[in-house]
Amino acid sequence: MKRWLAVALALALSAWAQGVLKVGVVVSATGRAASLGIPERNTFLMLQELLDRQGGVAGRKVQFVILDDASDTTQAVRNTRRLVEEDAVAIVGTTTTPASLGMIPVVAEAKVPMISLAASKDIIHPVDAQRFWVFKTPQTEELMARAIVVDMAARGVKTVGYIGFNDAYGEGWARFFEAEAKAKGLQVVASERYNSSDTSVTGQALRIIARRPDAVLIGASGTPAVLPQRTLKERGYGGLIYQTHGVANPDFLRVGGKDVEGTLLPAGPILVAEQLPGTFPSKRVALDYIQRYEAKYGIGSYSTFGAHAWDAWLILRPALERALKRADADKDLAAFRAALRDEIEATRNLVATHGVFTFTKEDHLGLRFEDAAVMVRVEGGRWKLERTFR
Amino acid sequence: MDATILGFLLLDGLQNGVIYGLLAIAMVLVFAVTRVILVPIGELLMFAPLSLVWLQEGRIPGTLGLAVALGLLWAGVARGRGAWVPLLGALGLSALFFLALAVKPLAYGAAVLLVVYLGVATYRVFFQPLREATVLSLLIMAVGLHVAFQGLGLVFFGPEQFRPEPLLKGEVAVGLSWQGVLVLLFAFLSVLALYAFFRFSLYGKALLAAAESRLGARLSGISPEEAGMVAFGIASLLAGLSGLLLAPLINAAYFMGFMLGLKGFVAAILGGLASYPVAFLGALLVGFFESFTSFFASAYKEALVFLLLVPALFYQSLRARAVEE
Repeated sequence: MKRWLAVALALALSAWAQGVLKVGVVVSATGRAASLGIPERNTFLMLQELLDRQGGVAGRKVQFVILDDASDTTQAVRNTRRLVEEDAVAIVGTTTTPASLGMIPVVAEAKVPMISLAASKDIIHPVDAQRFWVFKTPQTEELMARAIVVDMAARGVKTVGYIGFNDAYGEGWARFFEAEAKAKGLQVVASERYNSSDTSVTGQALRIIARRPDAVLIGASGTPAVLPQRTLKERGYGGLIYQTHGVANPDFLRVGGKDVEGTLLPAGPILVAEQLPGTFPSKRVALDYIQRYEAKYGIGSYSTFGAHAWDAWLILRPALERALKRADADKDLAAFRAALRDEIEATRNLVATHGVFTFTKEDHLGLRFEDAAVMVRVEGGRWKLERTFR
Repeated sequence: MDATILGFLLLDGLQNGVIYGLLAIAMVLVFAVTRVILVPIGELLMFAPLSLVWLQEGRIPGTLGLAVALGLLWAGVARGRGAWVPLLGALGLSALFFLALAVKPLAYGAAVLLVVYLGVATYRVFFQPLREATVLSLLIMAVGLHVAFQGLGLVFFGPEQFRPEPLLKGEVAVGLSWQGVLVLLFAFLSVLALYAFFRFSLYGKALLAAAESRLGARLSGISPEEAGMVAFGIASLLAGLSGLLLAPLINAAYFMGFMLGLKGFVAAILGGLASYPVAFLGALLVGFFESFTSFFASAYKEALVFLLLVPALFYQSLRARAVEE
């Protein structure tokens, strides 16, 4: 915390320094999404050290101005405005979908490229006048829903029950999952909602069990995703249980314990990087990130969320190098920002920790399904690779 | 919808309802004696299981720091006469916490005493100086404390949930664990104990007198300040114990308290913030209603539960007459 403040302060003081490329970073380092935002922030602190050692990008110093939005949309928008005014060449962030959506009009008006670290497809689709400036690195619900549906079909599942958060996350999953399921001939027989602060989901669980689905998908994130799974098991549900990639953190395993054994979930391949086959494209990059992160923050400290931040920089770095050749960031910031946006969109076959990025005019996610999702099973309190889609 | 499902739903509603009921009783009691609507009761409830988890993991929870800080403020407010009570309390509490690191079973007692100490200190520091203020000022203070305590909970315990080990493992029958039985038993005994307390003990009678008329109580030698402290003490005791018993069933997190407290408040409102039995029955109604709406219309559950307030408030407004503060 102190160190991070010190970094932010140092950056603010060195605003006069010529030739420094400022990259704005907004993350949710505190508040509800902190368990996602902290590894993202840590990743950028780590990158700052790395860049200081290397002397920056193409001989230009790079400084990350890291601001905390406290998991709050208003704060994220305010931070974005500030970063735009402080001449950031690009903005990375933020952690959550609603806040990222709030930032879009600001960056679009100021014509600053932005790479979001949040999940929803709505952030980059459709690529209209505003989203022209916006890219993102995490897999969408749509992509992950496809992974689940493909896996369900392969296991002979015919009927599915759904229970998800009564918020944008749960609704998004319900929408994309039901669309994907329909296309594959799966029948969604129950669609229930609950709140992350709920103390009981007995009613919803009973309703699902009464319909006897072959599998249940829980559209929730973090530790509150444990409650429905435990209730289903306590009420004697014996079918398959799927979770979303929103639970891929150690806290879920800690709180879930025995209740979440055997859970199936789609995840970014980095979650099980060591178990990936040697031919898997992102394996080497993922292991490299994990090794660096654990060297700095301790064994077992890495998460898939920090890796999204790393991917954002993997995309940004070559784009910066190319943009520096086309425009002068000191003389004409607007032209440089525009050039940078074009160069990000020109990214082709970039191997990152979560997959391979190829942006196009219509696709600002750029991940290929086969490389960006794997199925994982919880076994013995650990993540175990179940299958890849290659 | 068959008999089994009906049974499960009723049981689920009962289990949640009794906890709302205890919180509702605590709120009615505190309101009657001090005119404070105890919004932060959910946070007091939350502090207990999370402090327990911290102690069991061999760490001193930040809540102890909060208690000591409030204790010092309390001593400051009390000045001279009576200042040694909070200081001694804080000292004893700290000693108990460090002892609990070594002797694990003590952690339960430490967590409950912490919450009681926090509750009483909260009254002494924040509400007693405001005792002549309007109900609205007291409510504003209460809401402020709720926000502050929840924020502190996030700082102390982080954003994730924790699951303490249940006191009693295993299931009695399908749908009811021993821990659930413990919750029901606790609620039953609490109601009984409260009844006996108010009916037979001098303190209880004094408390009722203070609730009835503060001036009258004062004239007959009952100190309203002391009554306020006892009311807050009982309320936080109920909250702390409920939290400890409930946490293994529902997972504990910094945000767990608000919804529980709010539903307790809905129940208390159903009882017009005056009647204990009606508040408790109202809480059971909220529990059952919640359980059934989560079966039939899960997406609208919260909205429907809070919609229960409308007829209750309407009824209250019809009955209302101008009363002196």
